[in-house]
Amino acid sequence: MSRILPIVTVLLVIVCLWYVAAVKLNAAWVYDQAARAETPAPGFSELVGLTMNQERPVLPTPHQVGVELVKSTLGMQVSSKKSLVYHGWVTISATLLGFLIGTTAGILLAVGIIHNKAMDLSVMPWAIASQTIPILAIAPMIIVVLNSMGIQGLIPKAIISAFLSFFPVLVGMVKGLRSPDQMQLDLLATYSASKAQTFWKLRLPSSMPYLFTSLKVGIAASLVGAIVGELPTGAVAGLGARLLSGSYYGQTVQIWAALFAAALVAAALVAIVGLIEKRTLKRMGMAR
Amino acid sequence: MKDTTQNSASSPVIEARNLQLVFSTNDGPVQALKDVNLTINKGDFVSFIGPSGCGKTTFLRAIAALEHPTGGTLTVNGMTPDEARRKRAYGYVFQAAGLYPWRTIAGNIRLPLEIMGFSKADQDARIARVLELVELSGFGKKFPWQLSGGMQQRASIARALAFDADILLMDEPFGALDEIVRDRLNEEVLKLWARTGKTIGFVTHSIPEAVYLSTKIVVMSPRPGRITDVIDSPLPKERPLDIRDSKEFIEISHRVREGLRAGHSDE
Ligand SMILES: Nc1ncnc2c1ncn2[C@@H]1O[C@H](COP(=O)(O)OP(=O)(O)OP(=O)(O)O)[C@@H](O)[C@H]1O
Ligand SMILES: [Mg+2]
Repeated sequence: MSRILPIVTVLLVIVCLWYVAAVKLNAAWVYDQAARAETPAPGFSELVGLTMNQERPVLPTPHQVGVELVKSTLGMQVSSKKSLVYHGWVTISATLLGFLIGTTAGILLAVGIIHNKAMDLSVMPWAIASQTIPILAIAPMIIVVLNSMGIQGLIPKAIISAFLSFFPVLVGMVKGLRSPDQMQLDLLATYSASKAQTFWKLRLPSSMPYLFTSLKVGIAASLVGAIVGELPTGAVAGLGARLLSGSYYGQTVQIWAALFAAALVAAALVAIVGLIEKRTLKRMGMAR
Repeated sequence: MKDTTQNSASSPVIEARNLQLVFSTNDGPVQALKDVNLTINKGDFVSFIGPSGCGKTTFLRAIAALEHPTGGTLTVNGMTPDEARRKRAYGYVFQAAGLYPWRTIAGNIRLPLEIMGFSKADQDARIARVLELVELSGFGKKFPWQLSGGMQQRASIARALAFDADILLMDEPFGALDEIVRDRLNEEVLKLWARTGKTIGFVTHSIPEAVYLSTKIVVMSPRPGRITDVIDSPLPKERPLDIRDSKEFIEISHRVREGLRAGHSDE
């Protein structure tokens, strides 16, 4: 209860500010209409009423977004092209595949960096450089190149999302695999342990808390990657496509509903990773 | 008396001849050990004592092949330290217990056994035996954080004993513990030494601890690290805690203190 109260308070404040902003931003259209119809400008209470349920508001009100969210998830067939569940699943599947690829790549690169001096010196600068390229610039190129090779649909989006998610995993795992201190390494040296034994028995278990922290960042980045990957495909399916078609047709309510759906998916994915983290660390005896 | 004469008659386990060890650092070379000559016989309990930075840890690590001498010779069981390590000649106990938090106490003791490839049944038998030896039977299934600092250090000694190395090297194993716990652990270490007949190298900062435990006390001094005195203890092998009030004990303590002081005034 003591944790819920502050959250609810903050939420209420945000919703109030949102309504105020909606009235302000949507008022221009009301005045415009009044001027065109050559009727006198409406008073304040009338104005508020006229800004609450516009069809193409500059800023949709919270209840408009909420209604749209419910309508497009619970209110229609999952297979419908307007269903956010359908579009959400398209995006989630690309996110999960990309996350899998990115995580695997990140872990393998980290293992390489730990064991190989040349990789240690060469991989990191490239990995950092790769993240300084704006993803919006590189995403269309990846799509075009793969398309010319006959690869379409899920894979290109997954690759873009892997491109974003490998980096936090790489950084976290390098740190985690290097976290055992000299004394622990010396102890294994007195047993004449091999590099492989040192890796499996000491480095990998030590890196687990670091791994999970970066997995949480990584899966959120994966989702961003999948959505960005949907933008240049011509808006066929996915949350990104909903955002794009919404902006083509000025459907601001649809855009905001898709945005909130994306945020909810992100929160759910991070929460699932967090749950697995808790379970794993508890089973390893590392969480009290 | 009988024990010490018998020990010195037996074969040397560790032999250092004109041992030199120089670390090259960014600020130039640091001479950590200079002209160290020492013979440790089978079954000896040797303590190393001296001010901070005199090379006690470095010497122990050189025996364990964790550091490599830059001059002189060092043999363990007649082999180089590296060969001796591959033959599982010694167990090493560090100042911190360093137990893996994700393994139980039994799992931690199992670690060296897994690495060295003992069979599962053999592992279990050995774990039970060493847990009993350090009086931790019944704690095998506990995780390290469920044990006190002293118990953790005992577990780490059990881990070093599990694979039956003849030599036990301990670098200030009880340095972080309070005096009462320390006294009890010292008694236990002596019992353990009597039961197993191992050769023990023990680094300490405490004169009473060194005198109470050892058959041989090595006094060292710094800059450069060297041995200033080697004292063969006349105390009997059987040592109750109140032996520390005996005349011999006080005499040896005095000689150790003199040795430490002499090392200082040399500068
Ligand atoms: N890895 C290293 N690189 C450079 N110099 C080192 C290294 N290890 C130890 N030394 C130096 O060698 C000398 C001896 O160090 P050592 O750790 O053996 O001392 P010690 O007797 O164990 O001291 P303490 O009682 O504080 O543990 C010191 O001057 C130390 O600075
Ligand atoms: Mg030391």
